[in-house]
Amino acid sequence: MKPFDVAVVGGGVMGCSTALFLARAGLSVVLLERGGLCREASGVNAGTLTMQMTRAALVPYALRAWEFWMDAPGWLGMDVGARVRDGLSVAFTDAEAALLEERATARRAAGAPIELIGGNRAREIEPGLSQRALLAGFCAVDGFASAYLTGRAFGLALRAAGADLREQAEVVGIDRGDGAFRLRTATGELRAAQLVLAGGVWLEPMAGWLGVHLPVRVLINQLCVTERMPPVMRTQLGIASGLLSLKQFENGTVLIGGGWQGSGTRADGRGDAFIPENLIGNMRLAAFVIPALRRARAVRAWLGLEAKTEDDLPVLGPIPGVKNAWMIGCSHSGYTSGPFMGKLLADAMLGRAPELPLFPPDRLLLKDAA
Amino acid sequence: MSLDLAVIGAGPAGGSAALEAARLGLSVALVEESAAPGGQVWRAPGAGLAAGTDPDAMAGAALRAAIAAAPIERLFGARVWLIGRAEHGFRIDLVREGRAETIEARALLLATGAHERIVPFPGWTLPGVIGLAAATILLKSQRMLPGRRVVVAGCGPLLAVVAAGILKAGGQVAAVVDLDSRTGWLAALPALAARPDLLAQGAGWVARILRAGVPIFSRHTVIAAEGTDAVQHVRIAPCDADGAPMPGAAARVIEADALAIGHGLVPDTAATRLLRAEHRFDPDRGGWHAVRDAEMQSSVPGLWLAGETGGIGGAAVAELSGRMAGASVAHAAGRLDGAAYRAIAEPLRARLAKASRAGAAMARKMRAREAMVAAIAPDTVVCRCEDVTRAEIEAAIADGAGDVNQLKQWTRCGMGPCQGRMCGEAAAGILARHVGGREAAGLWTGRAPLRPVPMQALLGDFDYADIPIPPPAPP
Repeated sequence: MKPFDVAVVGGGVMGCSTALFLARAGLSVVLLERGGLCREASGVNAGTLTMQMTRAALVPYALRAWEFWMDAPGWLGMDVGARVRDGLSVAFTDAEAALLEERATARRAAGAPIELIGGNRAREIEPGLSQRALLAGFCAVDGFASAYLTGRAFGLALRAAGADLREQAEVVGIDRGDGAFRLRTATGELRAAQLVLAGGVWLEPMAGWLGVHLPVRVLINQLCVTERMPPVMRTQLGIASGLLSLKQFENGTVLIGGGWQGSGTRADGRGDAFIPENLIGNMRLAAFVIPALRRARAVRAWLGLEAKTEDDLPVLGPIPGVKNAWMIGCSHSGYTSGPFMGKLLADAMLGRAPELPLFPPDRLLLKDAA
Repeated sequence: MSLDLAVIGAGPAGGSAALEAARLGLSVALVEESAAPGGQVWRAPGAGLAAGTDPDAMAGAALRAAIAAAPIERLFGARVWLIGRAEHGFRIDLVREGRAETIEARALLLATGAHERIVPFPGWTLPGVIGLAAATILLKSQRMLPGRRVVVAGCGPLLAVVAAGILKAGGQVAAVVDLDSRTGWLAALPALAARPDLLAQGAGWVARILRAGVPIFSRHTVIAAEGTDAVQHVRIAPCDADGAPMPGAAARVIEADALAIGHGLVPDTAATRLLRAEHRFDPDRGGWHAVRDAEMQSSVPGLWLAGETGGIGGAAVAELSGRMAGASVAHAAGRLDGAAYRAIAEPLRARLAKASRAGAAMARKMRAREAMVAAIAPDTVVCRCEDVTRAEIEAAIADGAGDVNQLKQWTRCGMGPCQGRMCGEAAAGILARHVGGREAAGLWTGRAPLRPVPMQALLGDFDYADIPIPPPAPP
């Protein structure tokens, strides 16, 4: 069988958007996903689309991706519940206020239109907010999406673009040879001239197939959602340290996140090992910030695995020493930036000048392997 | 609180398990959502109501008396919302009287019973439509009738229980509408012969129904409940053995202000799925159920199962499996040597085998009928928490949803407060038609909280400084 132009391994938002832009450019693309599309981090994250939790270095990327999300019906073909909302990042103590000023300044310098406002002004914007708010970062380029719709949207778009979409197709190994990569799956082999690894927290074992050692740490984020309730808030809300994300969707449910940790390992997959104290701590923080949440009932909690590199910056670029192989992932606030990151990589692979610099993985690779 | 054993669910299975384990010297906590033990079949009468005199009421009273007299930590009216591993065994988080509590136990025994399957039909969300099992709660616990004139419909032994219960309480049964045929019931008799007590009980119910002159429509199905604000009449039609309405057959309209309907029982596996125990699909045991071995142990070390969680088998199986499980935990904990355990277990095993035959015959009567799922109309709401119709489910399947969890993500079907208990069977059944069966459609991922949990109860009193906020995210 004729080799594909590109094989993308991993069907999260990074792999899907890379595959989509490549397929739309006319390349023959196969996307291999171990489970279903966007069922890991890309489908179970809080859907936060905010500049205020995005690292300053990534703000230019997130700003571009934010436009993508808000125009999902236009370029992706389906509404994934992306909505523009006023964003607030709140400080309750002097230390948090100092942190907020420092971080808002850095993000503003990177292009995020963040304005510092007092507690009273913040409560005008968010009437549900606690009386204890001292200072807030306000950003109109904020919002959220319904992450659970991401896979459905990408699935439709990829098929429409002519990509060969293979779910429940776990790649177990990759061999290099005769100008093409040979990908071994449970259901057989296929060949591709170029390779993209987009495995999120599983990028470390994937890179290992090529003899490359990229350390990837795993964060196990706990989230929970309330049942539908009357409006209790209208903003995309966080706190200065980044340890809260709070939003009420149009259906009335309130999603409580912020990266409080559960337990488990990459090998467990979506290991449902909650740390109850962290779940309750996260709920307390949410109910402190929006006191009306005390009346809520939590209906569902879950865990999502987030990938983290040594310097908290993404990997996005060619894999050193392996011709025609690329990797993408491990981006802090990766869901927010995802579609633009995919477009950047696709542009680089297509020989087009990327709009913004890539994040070559060279800086993170350990020398012991390879 | 750290114990040898925590038992969740105080019906015939969990109640008997706790009694046996406590008798054998284990420290036991018995956790029950209701105010009193008894479970569904042996449900306690509400406060101030006299105990009944029928066999189930008396069995329940005996269980409650035994538990009250045993050295058991009784946690009733307790809503378990999270179960996880602890350093030595399991940690159980619950809410009782509006306050959060945590217990730890070296072994865990789940006896969480079953819930009802209702295959959606037009009008099933109208006020006045109630599950058969829910109707038994009204009757047993509150002595309340589901309506003034009730149609009792569906399949299995609950039909007779509910119809006879309504009549006994002075209500009117407009009709009994049975998916099964009369010969279908006769065919079950040999399996029931091993249980003359059940046969006598069943004969009593049927005699009461016949004496009252209630019309019985065998091989009939409800095709709609109709009314402006509540049920005013119920439309029924003859059906085939799989529950599909016969083409061209005339529908019949029955005046009624309530419809009690149920299409079988489904093992409650919310907790076993959360703990990632092994599950198996067997249509004759209620469908997906947690796997247990002959010693009532699940695939998860330290986790025992009793009663319907491990497959629908009825009250007798529940009670016997509970006693087996209680003894098995004691044996594993070293409180019983091999000989002493066998002396308890072997006679139980023999009785369990006998009870299982009768239970299996009843469970087969309540098996999911695929043609009923096929007949769900496109505009009928399947997930009533999230208002998801059959057509929306079909659209997601057409878009590529290939397993139940993908379907849930793409439609919100099963994301509401019932956490899929109401819609899970029908939604999975619809998907199964496209992917080659219920096993291929997969098992819903177990999620905490096991029951919706009021945040107020978990939060307690605190100030900002008391919240253990982790270190800041990277700048």
